Amino acid sequence: MSEQVRTSVTTHCPYCALQCGTRLHHRARGDGPDGARVTVEPDDFPVNQGGLCQKGWTAPAVLRAPDRLCTPLVRDGAGRLAPATWSDALDAVGSRLREIRAAHGPDAVAVFGGGGLTNEKAYLLGKFARLALGTSQIDYNGRFCMSSAAAAGTTAFGMDRGLPFPVTDLADAEAILLAGANPAETMPPLMRHLGRAGALIVIDPRHTPTAQRATLHLRPAPGTDLALALGMLHIAVTEGWYDRDAVQHRTVGFEAAWRRAAAWWPERVERVTGVPVALQREAVRTLCTARRAYVLTGRGAEQHSKGTDTVAAFINLALALGLPGRPGSGYGCLTGQGNGQGGREHGQKADQLPGYRRITDPRARSHIAKVWGVPPEHLPGPGRSAVELLNALGTADGPRALLVFGANPVVSAPDAARVAQSLSRLDLLVVADFVPSETARLADVVLPVTQWAEEEGTLTNLEGRVLRRRRLLSPPPGVRSDLSVLRELAVRLGEPPDRYPDEPRLVFEELRRASEGGTADYSGISYPRLDAGEALYWPCPERPGGPAHPGTPRMFLDGFAHPDGRARFQEVDHREPAETPDDRYPLWATTGRVLAQYQSGSQTRRVPDLLRAAPETIVEIHPDTAARAGVADGDLAWVQSARGRVTARVRLVPSLRTDTVFLPFHYPDDGRANLLTHAALDPRSKMPEFKVSAVRVGPAGPRAASG
Amino acid sequence: MNGYTQRIQPGRPAGDVVIVGGGPVGHRLAERLHHHGHQGTVTLLDAEPGHAYHRVLLTSVLDGGLDPADLELPPVPGARGRRDVRVTGVDRRRQRVGTANGESHRYDTLVLATGAEPRIPAVPGMHTASGRLIDGITGLRSLADCARVRGERVVVLGAGPLGVETAVALRRSGRDVSLVHPGPHPLNRWLDATAGDLLARHLVSLGIRVETGRSAARVEAGELVLDDGGLLTWDTLVCCTGTEPRTELARAAGLRVRTGVLVDGEMRTSDPHVRAVGDCAEHPGWFPGLLASGWDQADLLARTLTGHRSGGRRPRTVLRLRVPGLHLGVLGRPGLHREAGAAEGDVVTFSDPSRGRYATLAVDPAGRLSSAVLVGLPQALATLTQLHDARRPLPDDRLALLLGETAVGRRTSVLPPQDADTVLCRCNNVTALTLTGAWQNGSRSLRALADTTRVTTGCGTCADQIRELCAQLATAEKPVARHEPPVDARASGR
Repeated sequence: MSEQVRTSVTTHCPYCALQCGTRLHHRARGDGPDGARVTVEPDDFPVNQGGLCQKGWTAPAVLRAPDRLCTPLVRDGAGRLAPATWSDALDAVGSRLREIRAAHGPDAVAVFGGGGLTNEKAYLLGKFARLALGTSQIDYNGRFCMSSAAAAGTTAFGMDRGLPFPVTDLADAEAILLAGANPAETMPPLMRHLGRAGALIVIDPRHTPTAQRATLHLRPAPGTDLALALGMLHIAVTEGWYDRDAVQHRTVGFEAAWRRAAAWWPERVERVTGVPVALQREAVRTLCTARRAYVLTGRGAEQHSKGTDTVAAFINLALALGLPGRPGSGYGCLTGQGNGQGGREHGQKADQLPGYRRITDPRARSHIAKVWGVPPEHLPGPGRSAVELLNALGTADGPRALLVFGANPVVSAPDAARVAQSLSRLDLLVVADFVPSETARLADVVLPVTQWAEEEGTLTNLEGRVLRRRRLLSPPPGVRSDLSVLRELAVRLGEPPDRYPDEPRLVFEELRRASEGGTADYSGISYPRLDAGEALYWPCPERPGGPAHPGTPRMFLDGFAHPDGRARFQEVDHREPAETPDDRYPLWATTGRVLAQYQSGSQTRRVPDLLRAAPETIVEIHPDTAARAGVADGDLAWVQSARGRVTARVRLVPSLRTDTVFLPFHYPDDGRANLLTHAALDPRSKMPEFKVSAVRVGPAGPRAASG
Repeated sequence: MNGYTQRIQPGRPAGDVVIVGGGPVGHRLAERLHHHGHQGTVTLLDAEPGHAYHRVLLTSVLDGGLDPADLELPPVPGARGRRDVRVTGVDRRRQRVGTANGESHRYDTLVLATGAEPRIPAVPGMHTASGRLIDGITGLRSLADCARVRGERVVVLGAGPLGVETAVALRRSGRDVSLVHPGPHPLNRWLDATAGDLLARHLVSLGIRVETGRSAARVEAGELVLDDGGLLTWDTLVCCTGTEPRTELARAAGLRVRTGVLVDGEMRTSDPHVRAVGDCAEHPGWFPGLLASGWDQADLLARTLTGHRSGGRRPRTVLRLRVPGLHLGVLGRPGLHREAGAAEGDVVTFSDPSRGRYATLAVDPAGRLSSAVLVGLPQALATLTQLHDARRPLPDDRLALLLGETAVGRRTSVLPPQDADTVLCRCNNVTALTLTGAWQNGSRSLRALADTTRVTTGCGTCADQIRELCAQLATAEKPVARHEPPVDARASGR
């Protein structure tokens, strides 16, 4: 590696999409592994302004995880994962992949990526899949976290960038509507900005820590946010509070969208959502009378079988109020995973090529093919989306081998028991990870790779700002970078090595060319510019010979990314979730995150402080509902859906709706909340319905000690 | 084969469906048939020439919020809509309907959604010698009726749901409005005296002249004479005095009709190939005249006709007035439980007249709501509506339920009592005990506590609270973590 190992670096937190700026220090040499000597402190970076949550403060503990993977593992004749040399492991994978491909064709091998991978990894993974494997079967866990907002945003604005403005703009707002997001737990330093806004209106079935800080909290029944959004548009129109001028001059399609919203008068919305008419009106009035206002959506709006339409309805509201495209106002999506933004732009999505290009677009194909040095017809077409891909594994016409990078679908995918079954049907499962995740434990081959403080690269945060991840430490002996793994595998599949650089800087140089002219154009961004401290937001095209492009912190101020410059209203209507409570499963279950854990928990469950703070699956339940189910605070309860049963510790929450329970999804084994969830997919984004399942609850035995 | 004359079996496709009546309920049925994947054709025959529209929103036209064109319903994909087509007869044997312009439509299933028309009371002077309503008098069922509302002074006859909503909408548009009602209070078929009185007071506070216990004696040019001799002048007289189901077609076809077309639980008339939904239908379990009921019937019928589970239980009756600023709802039929005797279960009553708040809940022995009347309790109304619809038990704390959760605002600046393990900084999971310990070990400022415990370094919101804690600790110089701090210490700790 060309990068010098340093005693101190400026970098970013390894977790969520806020990507808080941090400084990592490596104390003078002493005993113990390298990771034991790393400390972190928050930086005065704009998004976190010196703040850091407990996850960020304790992130160095992941570097010294006691079960860190430092040697490849290959399942032996006795079915055990046994240590192997790198060459043996890579050779084994290479030969099995060649066999499977020869016998069943290129689509018999699939790839599952992650929204936590750096841009360089995501890019090279997509290239590896399309060229080295020749497969169309690549998708990633970003389908679970922001694909609905991406689909709705692309339709509305012509392109999707989580926040089309810097986070710091939010602090000047007079009103912010936050639909289905709980940043006080999921990205706490964001509250430094939201907390300065005049009025914060939160839509969430639960009285979350974010809702507790809201000026207004609207508490719809799970799965009814779309009706609420339609109703808010209805009120804005009937009260004459919407921006006729903006609608007329900056948008198209209002009439069709209104024809749907017309049926959602406030009293009907109240009956469907449980949000009082008075609160609906107050929320709309607050938003409409603010001079600067934002509408923001999160997973709560997205993770439904109608998530795209739900986000579209909130975008419709924002458009009717004239917010997008107006300085100091706008619409944005709070992206979840660390590189949730960049991860969706560079080609690990089934239907996309680098630069946020559509894989079905002939011009996109020929551009990428040229950069990659292959004929366009060499590139596969679109493949299956994440859940469709997982469900197809091992079926008659589905993939027979799967390579997983930066994901733990056995915990994070819906209907998790079915996912585990699908994986067990495979002829070959290869997992690259730095800890033995629940998915890695099922693998035939496990490849140990680097983690954040051991690698260079870039990530793109929720604002579309490209950030440098910097290396502080050498990886432990035996660990290789994901890039190097891809290169080695590609070579074993007959590819020329120079097509797969294992140096992040070189990969980024290629990514720049690949993204050039695309929606997410990075061609003007370079490591030297980022290292010089420039704040670069895409699109940032290269200007040969001219002054460097300054990047685009604020989008849409001169028009939207459709040919006519106008935003599109979307004609959407409310519909029921795929599953509704009945006598057998009378309660709603909704899933989400808690402050002290992150995603599938494979990192944060290895941090002692975080595990102490949030040790196990809990089920939040109203005291009356708990009493009827025969469970008390601190008891173990089972929660059962038509698909599976979870064991969780009861936490009584008097502010919860009596018809709803909540479970975080970070935990393994029989604590996996995703044993309950339904793989019903949004037809446009293919995002699963994590937020709504029908369940019942009962006592799971004596009160056991926690921890 | 003569398949379509067979009796349609449960779960079997309904074949070609002809819907007579293009109002919101007929439209909804067509839309739901499409939604549920209906295989046959759907033909909507509507006597009205214009677009189908949301009748419920007529009051939004009256108050100026919407233009008539804003009420248009979206086209139903897959349905053949025929407008300005009057159905003249049904040939049940051949399963055909004929129209005034000579068309004939074959059906496997015929659905009557012919609605209702305003009932104009028999008040002397309302009609011309030739039997027409005199100019300025109208019902309120259509956009055409709305267009007939002219002038500044409007008298609304009848204070049922439509009358009340109409009066308020007209008042909101700035008109001078009188509401005449023979009952003791508005909505007396739905509300008891206490709730009715609160409603009357609300209407009066809006500037509406409420004449209850009065009926119209006779109409003269521009004047209405009440039965007590009082005079009301009007430019428009709006009759919201009930509706009559439109049943001519059903009667002529020989279907069983009482007030409306009689239907069973699956909206089936006396001919199994003919169904009826909405205001033209009559069933003892459905309360007539509510759009929600009509839509629920359309949903139920669409499920039945497409072979889906009908959901089993009939949706609940909910009356929710569309009056901005008035939180009034009736769940179930409150009269019924009283007549049936409230021996079983509880009746919970809350009355706070000076603040305009009132509730009476009839709760069955299983803790479920039988019926309720609520005024001025917006959160409780919303919550109870959902519990009522889902037939879920009410929370045990009925008073908290009625008052709704306390208003959600920003964090109070008063430091709450702390246990040792109260987490004061959630972002970094810092407890009162940890902070007290750090204080005792010399971290005597916000900054110092942040350095030693990471308190305030996440979202930063707890900073004020930690400042208060510092002040308290400085004042008390004794650990607060293990005890609730004395009240004076908290008060002076600002």
